[in-house]
Amino acid sequence: MSKQIDIRDLNVYYGDFLAVEGVNLTIKANSVMAFIGPSGCGKSTLLRSINRMHEVIPGAITKGQILLDGEDIYGPNVDPVLVRRTIGMVFQRPNPFPTMSIYENVIAGLKLEKDKSRKESMDDIVESSLRGANLWAEVKDRLKRPGASLSGGQQQRLCIARAIAVQPQVLLMDEPCSALDPISTLAIEDLIRELKDRYTIIIVTHNMQQAGRVSDNTAFFNISAVGQPGIMIETGPTSEIFTKPQNQQTEDYVSGRFG
Amino acid sequence: MATITQPPTQEQPLDPDGIAGSSVRRGDRTFLGLSTGSGIFVLVLMAGIAVFLIWQSIPAFTENTANPLTEQSWLPDADPPVFGFAVLFFGTIVTSIIAMLLAVPIGYGIALFIAFYAPARVASILGFLVDLLAAVPSIIFGLWGLYYFMPYVVPAAEWLSQYLGWIPLFANDPEIWTKSILMAGLVLAIMILPTVSAISREVFLQVPRMHVEAALALGATRWEMIRMAVFPFSRPGMISAAMLGLGRALGETIAVALVLSAVFEINWQITAPGGNSFAANIALKWGEAGDVGRSALIASGLVLFFITLIVNMTARWVISRRKDFSGAN
Ligand SMILES: Nc1ncnc2c1ncn2[C@@H]1O[C@H](COP(=O)(O)OP(=O)(O)OP(=O)(O)O)[C@@H](O)[C@H]1O
Ligand SMILES: [Mg+2]
Repeated sequence: MSKQIDIRDLNVYYGDFLAVEGVNLTIKANSVMAFIGPSGCGKSTLLRSINRMHEVIPGAITKGQILLDGEDIYGPNVDPVLVRRTIGMVFQRPNPFPTMSIYENVIAGLKLEKDKSRKESMDDIVESSLRGANLWAEVKDRLKRPGASLSGGQQQRLCIARAIAVQPQVLLMDEPCSALDPISTLAIEDLIRELKDRYTIIIVTHNMQQAGRVSDNTAFFNISAVGQPGIMIETGPTSEIFTKPQNQQTEDYVSGRFG
Repeated sequence: MATITQPPTQEQPLDPDGIAGSSVRRGDRTFLGLSTGSGIFVLVLMAGIAVFLIWQSIPAFTENTANPLTEQSWLPDADPPVFGFAVLFFGTIVTSIIAMLLAVPIGYGIALFIAFYAPARVASILGFLVDLLAAVPSIIFGLWGLYYFMPYVVPAAEWLSQYLGWIPLFANDPEIWTKSILMAGLVLAIMILPTVSAISREVFLQVPRMHVEAALALGATRWEMIRMAVFPFSRPGMISAAMLGLGRALGETIAVALVLSAVFEINWQITAPGGNSFAANIALKWGEAGDVGRSALIASGLVLFFITLIVNMTARWVISRRKDFSGAN
């Protein structure tokens, strides 16, 4: 089910401001890619351009190509709505729909799907998605309660369940653990390792240990100065980026964080 | 909570002379006093208005020789006095319903367009214009509707009576439409449209970005996003916008009086002259009314007061259902 992503010569703009410049990067199917780098270097911006969420901001545009198994998601006849159904996203702050129950939150995306080819019942999908997000045991007795009645960590896992219920091929996560306690963080990290059997995953994180624990490959981004575009400095297997980076900037960043 | 996180003993060393600490508490107490006072004041004011209206309308009720709920004439200064609220009730409710049916969906539509569809620059201009229009006294729209808009209604009326004349509601001569309940409803709709759209636009802009993005990231189209993230979150505010519009419609005097002065009767053919509204009737009849007449008009004001109260309480009740699921988390 999961697919490979090739980013080719990608520039990402907010109006006239070039936020990310000249990214070339391949993310293999069924692998976890971590984006690391200092604040403001464009990690979120790049991530959001991968499921065309970037362009919902007025004036925001991209130039270049992003290929999903060879097909350009910025091609002329591609519907961004369909791209977003194929490439799911989990945000930094848990954002379950406050007016929906836990159950309704999980199936929110399914209700949008026009094709009725899936044969499982809604109940089965809710259960399997919540199990997939490691939340089933905690909520199975209160599926009718509001999604907002859960703890922050549970809400984030609910958002993951909501994202995987539509069976995307790629899952994008923007600092999914930054608002969570260490135990919820570990639960989500375990989940990411399980999910990569079925999805291609890209995760933005400020936590080096986390990148080390969950990712197969890492891409390091940096900016030369404030107001300059973010560029990708280096990418490679996570173990190599952390132990023997090729670039001095990567070395400084990685070692600085490790003290 | 406060006692656990900030026990008084810990405050002491931070604040040796006690000035800052006590002034904070004094500020709290002042604010509590002010807010409680204002709350009580509103209740007293409401009660005062109700008492005044009831007190002043007693003479009319004791003199009246007809059943005030069913009587269809308004002759309180005759001997014996005869009057009833049925016509006013009918006129008020039907004109308001027509106004709401037209203005609320269109108002929401305008607000949605400005908030989610229009390009940024167009949206800011339109938003400003709508706010501006909402601040214009409604009589201006009423007059515009009466003198500019009415002539354009006649062709529409002709069309309706030609093609939908078989519906009893529309069976009428188009020429008399300009003095009809439907026309009054149309004018009211024009008057409350800016209110409804300005407030609902404000409400739509309050929807947190993160819910909008959550819906879009799931692959919702713009309209699906609006249904999924915007409407559930904005529901209480949308109801409030409609209620404020309704409040203006129920209480509007002059514009309705200008349209509906001809006949005092219940006429289910909403395209023919007939009916009147509470507010317009008070404005029309106050000047020439005698003692019982004024008392009867005040009594009709009392009825309007209760209608408004019931409408608002119903709206509150609708808003407060499913409180657990409200957007406030
Ligand atoms: N909506 C926006 N409009 C204009 N500029 C923006 C917008 N969002 C981000 N930027 C700019 O784009 C650049 C990259 O921001 P981005 O949010 O992608 O950084 P980031 O790497 O995710 O940072 P962080 O680690 O703090 O989340 C920054 O200079 C930022 O100011
Ligand atoms: Mg970010």
